[in-house]
Amino acid sequence: MNLKYKSILLASIFLALNATAGSATAQDNVVRLATTTSTDNSGLLRQLLPVFEEAYGIAVHTIVGGTGRALNHARSGDVDVILVHARDAELKLIEEGYGVSRNEVMYNEFVIVGPGDNPAGVGFGDGLGGALTKVSAVGSLFISRGDDSGTHKKELSLWQDAGIVPDGTWYREVGQGMGKALQIADQLGAYTMSDKGTWLFTKNRLSSLKLLLEGASDGRNVYSAIAVNPEKHPNVNYESATRLVDWLQSPQAMELIANYKIGGETLFYPVDGSGQ
Amino acid sequence: MEDSLIQASINAFKLLFSGDRELWEIIGISFLVSFRAILFITPFAVIAAFALAYGKFPGRRMLITIVNSMVALPAVVVGLLLYIMLYNAGPFGGWRLLFTQTAMIIGQMILAFPILVAMAHVSLRGIDLVAWETARTLGANTARAMFTIIREVRFGLIAAIVTGFGRVVSEVGCSIMVGGNILHHTRNIPTAIALETSKGDFEQGIALGAVLIFLALLLNIAVSTFRGRDRASY
Repeated sequence: MNLKYKSILLASIFLALNATAGSATAQDNVVRLATTTSTDNSGLLRQLLPVFEEAYGIAVHTIVGGTGRALNHARSGDVDVILVHARDAELKLIEEGYGVSRNEVMYNEFVIVGPGDNPAGVGFGDGLGGALTKVSAVGSLFISRGDDSGTHKKELSLWQDAGIVPDGTWYREVGQGMGKALQIADQLGAYTMSDKGTWLFTKNRLSSLKLLLEGASDGRNVYSAIAVNPEKHPNVNYESATRLVDWLQSPQAMELIANYKIGGETLFYPVDGSGQ
Repeated sequence: MEDSLIQASINAFKLLFSGDRELWEIIGISFLVSFRAILFITPFAVIAAFALAYGKFPGRRMLITIVNSMVALPAVVVGLLLYIMLYNAGPFGGWRLLFTQTAMIIGQMILAFPILVAMAHVSLRGIDLVAWETARTLGANTARAMFTIIREVRFGLIAAIVTGFGRVVSEVGCSIMVGGNILHHTRNIPTAIALETSKGDFEQGIALGAVLIFLALLLNIAVSTFRGRDRASY
């Protein structure tokens, strides 16, 4: 092959690569959504967002991390809208002027899972706080998310309310998403606290972890959508963010949320009460 | 557990060969991003390598040492620094580059640069300094002399490019931080593998891992075939 053909070949490869890239990035109206591992890992967003994108011609770029990370992205104006679950932190964001308003979309509950032999004797009827107290009293291994996520914030508030400082070799912070934390708990035979959606989505891939406590009175887990305030960050796509927030509360979205099931079980309940 | 590994691997290959759109899109993004990063940074790296090999300026040896150490630059550190530069409150926040393919390309360019420079520099040092000086004294201008030398060391340069590409196409730390792992947009092979594994879903991970390994093999075969054929022609 001589040099001329080589350069023609290289040039055409380059052009072909660029052509495909052009079509992939030709999205004018993009809204950036920062959300939690639970809404994404559970597969819910894949059911919801394409419907919105189709209807409004707005591409949603989803950035998945814990609630703490999502709140930070909102605070710095690196995203346009967030879907998170940590009420107090959300209210603080709005009070500081970075979030416009808190719009409840859906809820599920926090559950306690642990090893089948259940050395701490966690059972139905315990509150989440009571269950954590039992685990710490026995000193069984407990996996904490440790990533400033909504679930982590909830867990920390439970320890605080119970007057316990979780510390010692039994308490392990992993700094990972919920799916990963469940896998680690499963492998180590440890207890952990999970949102029910991720638990239902992940449980078939785990070998020994059992659901020990659900329906706890202190277990409600609410997800809200908050648009980032354009007065703080003029370069956010506020119009499209508002569209998404409104749509997430629409009857269509509520129905999609209520109908999203895995193995016959509902993962999230829309706040309008449908799907109960 | 062994059964499930075998089953996951079988499903992974089914996924690959059924032309799963999402999977191939992820592969496409990986290639596009890394290909461009290498394409854009190579000219600069080659010029830098020439300067280090043939230039005469104070601090040259020091620079060589720095470049050689930068080869081991951790991707997460590049990701962190780039994040601080590009996020909305950072010095370049106004460009709105965080969570875009462009940010990933910049990160990979930074990661590839020291590898390309270090390897190209070694190749250039392999050429007698006399060749460079002869070309210059025979009246060749700098660009022409460079071109002559580049022809001489083309295999060394190709090896550098292949190594650099291999490094950036497989890195996860920087891409996940500044790209944000956005589906259809900034999710590439390594970030997808990280995500799927965190969900406990191994099939897509295995399929994508197989693509990466196959790619490494293909690149190396291409380089050695190319080199072998060239030797035969002399």
